Formats: sequence, C-alpha cells, structure tokens
Amino acid sequence: MKIAFTTKGIDWDSKMDPRFGRTEFILVYDVEKEDFTHVDNRSIADQAHGAGPKTAQLLFDLKPDVLITGNGPGGNAATVLEKANLKIYIGAGDMTVKAAYEAYKNGNLKEG
Amino acid sequence: MTTSIVCLIERLKMKIAIASGKGGTGKTTVATNLAKYLSENRKVVLVDLDVEEPNSGLFLNGSLMNQKEMFKKIPNWESENCTLCGKCQSVCNFNAIMKLGENIMVFPELCHSCYACSELCPTQSLPMIPMKMGMLTEYKVEQLGFVGSKLDIGQEQAVPLIAQTLDYVDEMYSDDYLKLYDAPPGTSCPVIEATKDADFIFLVTEPTPFGLHDMKLAVETMRELKKPMAVIINRYGIGDAEVEAYCKVEGIDIIANFPNQRYIAELYSQGKLIYPHVPEFKAELLKAADYCKHLVKEN
Amino acid sequence: MKEIVIISGKGGTGKTSLTASFAMLAGQTAVIADCDVDAADMHLLLKPERIFEEDFYSGVAAVIDQDKCIQCGKCQEICRFNAIDNSTGQYLVSNLNCEGCGYCGHICPVGAIEMIEQNVGKCYISKTKADNKMVHAGLKIGADNSGKLVAKVKHEAKASAEKDGKEYIIVDGSPGIGCPVVSSLSGADFVVFVTEPTVSGIHDLERVYQLVKKFQIPSGCIINKADLNEKVSKDIEKFLADNEIIHLTNLPYDESFTTAMTKGQTIVEDKTSPITASIEQCWQDLKIILEK
Repeated sequence: MKIAFTTKGIDWDSKMDPRFGRTEFILVYDVEKEDFTHVDNRSIADQAHGAGPKTAQLLFDLKPDVLITGNGPGGNAATVLEKANLKIYIGAGDMTVKAAYEAYKNGNLKEG
Repeated sequence: MTTSIVCLIERLKMKIAIASGKGGTGKTTVATNLAKYLSENRKVVLVDLDVEEPNSGLFLNGSLMNQKEMFKKIPNWESENCTLCGKCQSVCNFNAIMKLGENIMVFPELCHSCYACSELCPTQSLPMIPMKMGMLTEYKVEQLGFVGSKLDIGQEQAVPLIAQTLDYVDEMYSDDYLKLYDAPPGTSCPVIEATKDADFIFLVTEPTPFGLHDMKLAVETMRELKKPMAVIINRYGIGDAEVEAYCKVEGIDIIANFPNQRYIAELYSQGKLIYPHVPEFKAELLKAADYCKHLVKEN
Repeated sequence: MKEIVIISGKGGTGKTSLTASFAMLAGQTAVIADCDVDAADMHLLLKPERIFEEDFYSGVAAVIDQDKCIQCGKCQEICRFNAIDNSTGQYLVSNLNCEGCGYCGHICPVGAIEMIEQNVGKCYISKTKADNKMVHAGLKIGADNSGKLVAKVKHEAKASAEKDGKEYIIVDGSPGIGCPVVSSLSGADFVVFVTEPTVSGIHDLERVYQLVKKFQIPSGCIINKADLNEKVSKDIEKFLADNEIIHLTNLPYDESFTTAMTKGQTIVEDKTSPITASIEQCWQDLKIILEK
C-alpha cells in the first residue's frame, strides 16, 4: 500500500504542507517496502492559476492508495483526484509526517 | 475647459465610463444618480460592468425587459478520434486541459477561450462549445435603460463577460443614447476592458490618503489608455485637500464635489437615489450633468 | 500558528482600516500579509520600512521578432484577444491586450514569436510601526492580481511567521469572488467578514459567503457603520445566525475612521475614538475563538 503526503520535506520529521495545490513536496511512503519516494513540486509556485489540478495530475501518475493532507483539494483538484481512486484524509496540516501517519492509523483524521 | 475636451464636443454619440482606483468611493452612487437625472431629459443607458459584485441595479426599480444567459466558449472532448497525443495539454498555458490516463479533462473556469487546443488538435477532437458564465439583466425605468451583468460564482474571469455586455449594449442601444458605464473598481484587467472603448472617464474618489493613493493609480491607468478624464470628489469635507492639490498640479478638472452627510449614507443604505432628497447633492449633480452635456453635441 | 483572513466582497466597508487596527493590537505576536494587491492601502496606515524586495513575474506575453517576421499575418488571424496589430506596417503585440495564451507562438511558421515572462510588479517584506513584519506587493498598471501573487505573499508571510515563532498571520484579503479571494482563503483558520448595512453590503456578503462555505472555514462578521440602517443591520444579523457565522461586533458610523486615516493612523491609536474599545474587544474575542 502506498500513502502520499503533502509535505515541506522528505522524511518522517518534516512538517506537513497544509495546502494541496501548492504543496512543496509530495512524499510517498510504501508501507510494505518501508521506504520513501518523493516529487519536488516547488516549481508549482510559477503557476499563476490551475496549480490544484496540475498537482493532482502528479498524484494520478504516482498511484497512491491514500492521500494525507491539510485543508484538502479545491474544486478542480478534487475532480482530478476522483479519477485517481484514492482515499483522502484531511486535518493533518499542522503535524509532522510521522504524527500525520500515526493519526491516520489511529483513525484520528477526517475523510476528505 | 481643457483642449482635450473641446475636441470631443463635436461627437454625437458619447460613452462615459465612471471608474475609481479604490472600491467604496461612491462610484455607483454617482453613476446611478447621474444616469437617472440625465434621463429626465434625454435617453440614457447605464451599464453595470462590475460583474463580480454588480450593485447599481439595486438602486433603480424598473421593469424587467430581458434576462439573458451569457456564455463563453470552452473545448469539449470528443473521444472517438482522439489519439491521446496530449498536444492539447502542451499548448495550454492556463492548466485548463489535461490528459489523465485515457481521458482528456477540461477545467472550464481556468479556460481563457483562446481556441489553441481546439484548433491545433490533429484529430479535431475538441470542438468549442458554449458554457454559461453569467447572466445579463436589462431594465427600463422611464427614459433610462439599465443593463447589468453578473458573473456566476466560481467563474473567475470577468473580462469575457464585460466584453460581451459591451457588445450587447452597442447592438441594442442606438447612438442617441448617452452611454454611462459603471466600471469595476481598481486598475486591473477588468477595468481596462470596461473602459477601453469609453470616450471620457469620470474618476470618483474621496479626499483621503486612501482615495488619493488609489486615484493616482487610476490616473496612471487612464493615461496609459490615452483617455481624457475628469475627477469627481465624493464625501467632500472629510480628510484633507491633497486630492484637490494633486488635480490642480496634474491639470485634471474637478467637476463636482458631493457633500459628506450621514443622511446621504443612510439613503444609500436603503437603496435609494440621493438627489430627490438632498438639495446640496442635487446641486453638485447638476454640475456633473452639465459637464456631460458639454461633452455631447445635443441635437 | 493561526491564520486569520479578513475579506469583504465589496469595497469601502472598512476592511483595510480594521485589518490595520488588528495589526496594531497584535504587535509582535503577528505577521501581516496584504493580499489586497490591486489597490494596496495598508501601508498608508502601518508605515512600513522595506527590508527586502523582489521582482514578481506572472504570466507571459508574446513578442514578435521583427527580423524573423515574414508578415504572413497568421498570428493576427488566430488571436482571439485583438492583441496583434499591423497598422504601423509591422506586426506588433499589444501588451495590454495579450492574454498570454501562446497560440500565436505555436502557429508562426518561422518561429518569430516568443512568450516572455512578464514582470508584473514587486513583492516586499517590511517592518511596520506596529513592530511586526508585513508582506505586501505592488502591481503594475493592467497587471492582474492572481492566485499566484496572493499565494506568494501568504507564503512569505507564513515562512516569516514560522521562522520567528509568531502566533498569528493576519491577512488583508482580496475583494470580489474570483481566484485571488480563493487563494486568500486557502489555509485560513478563521475568516472575518467586514460588511456594512446597505443593500450592496448584504448582497456582496452573501456572494462571498458562498465561497467561504465551500472551504468549510469557521467565520465571524463585523458590521461596520451599523447604526446607518437598523433594519438592514438586523437582516445581516439574521443571516449570520442562520449560517452559524459568529457575530463579532457592530461598529457605529464614526468620522474617527476617516480622521485617523487622514493622519496616517490606525483607529486604535486614537484613544478618544468611541470605536477603539470595541475594536480592542473584538481582537481579544478573536484570540479566544482561535484558541479553540
């Protein structure tokens, strides 16, 4: 199972990025292999409009089973994510990646 | 009168845009009162182009003439001949179209209707179809025509709606109508679109530091568009004399100074016109109306 | 760290003056973000001293290389924005009309058109007289505020707040209901609506509320100039109650709003103003709401 996080860094101690569309990184944790891959999304800052769907397209290609984030995707991004068949959990915006993962496992995050 | 205005006197038809650098200066108050007053003696059409937050219709109780859905063109994906080459995504500069696996997805609010994806598609799989972006409403109050457009919530682009509203007015209202445009506040794209065909600009401001600061931006914008302009000061008496000083230095006429009265604010809050109730306001309105008449050659 | 975004839909309600007052009251505990970029006015009250400035680029515009141009006119044919004109004999792009779509660049048979990034203004970080940092921007004429610029201003404000361990980010939001407002709202912990009891005020409040509802952000409302129209004030209060928007306070119509601004002051610096106490109380109430 693969879990994607919107983050500001690429390891367990990194802070989560509460935004979806303009998140700095997408960090993907493979639960079986117990390792990370990531995509540096910081060039999204150059996009004046349409950052949400563009970032969502990234997730479409990465094919995670779960997305953990802060505020959740806006309208357009959500439409793209629907096609990606993943479950979205929100409310982890202020946490570290590790804390966000624990919260998810303990059922403490809201479904988005 | 300055020479730039003199050369306009011969024009038969006239389009006057009422703009302001800052929101809340009284642009709509001036536009609605001026339009109604002028319409007592001649044909006038007031056009509300503040499509994100249109307000002037709230002050004019007329009979509804027309309500028209307004559309912009966006690409519609037809899958039969599509080879999923992704050219559409690569030519779109607005992230409005993307390839997702076996599908092409369009984001209508992000689309600027440039037609690039549609016309460059090698298999003609993206015909442009109309999509509703807002609503145009038309009223008549005696000799005053009113046309206003409202952008649907979620639609981000005011410019196409403003452009289409202007076309509608040009089509439906003959040249013997004096056309007054209530422009959106600010100095960005929608304001440029709303004022670029105007013959003359009235800039409404208030005599305060905010009013002066934003008016300077508006003056700069109108100079960039090479538009002749004059200033109307609203809520005269508050603040300071810096706006007047600035206009003097820049050689911009101040054509009216509307008074600052709590009663005026109360009338506005009730959605009423001011000049029937406040003589001092009417006196200044007459000055603005006379200025308009000088700009138009009366038959 | 909590982010408060202050919006109004309509102009002239007193949003910027009130935001500046909160900035004054928050002092060192906050970072300020002025996202009302189209007509940024807060600096007139907070007297910022610039620490840092950066050119801001957004969007592109077409430029035709006259040496390569063969005057075939294809670019003008396909341009939907009337941005290409050849009345001078040369094919030239009007920056004011160019939408930056890039279609002409794709269609030019000799590759004479390039899309150039537009410098649309500057982003500044300053220290205000309230002893806090303010991130603000200045846009060039005809340039559009955008989600990107608002996002940049907020990003810099957030980075600054995190680095210095500040408790609050106070955002002066963009007017209207379009992209810049959406960007102003993203990441907000609480939204404050500033409105006035006028037909336009309530109309625009209802419109902008639709946006906030979509984002599910808790919100409160300040009715400014409330005594101008008791009836409409009551209508607004009912709207707030029906929609679970916290009614923060009513402020009376008072000239001190303008006299303070004319002196280059925030209202709360005028201890004689009848509304200063209400604004101070409002800020205290906001802090308590944010604790929860």
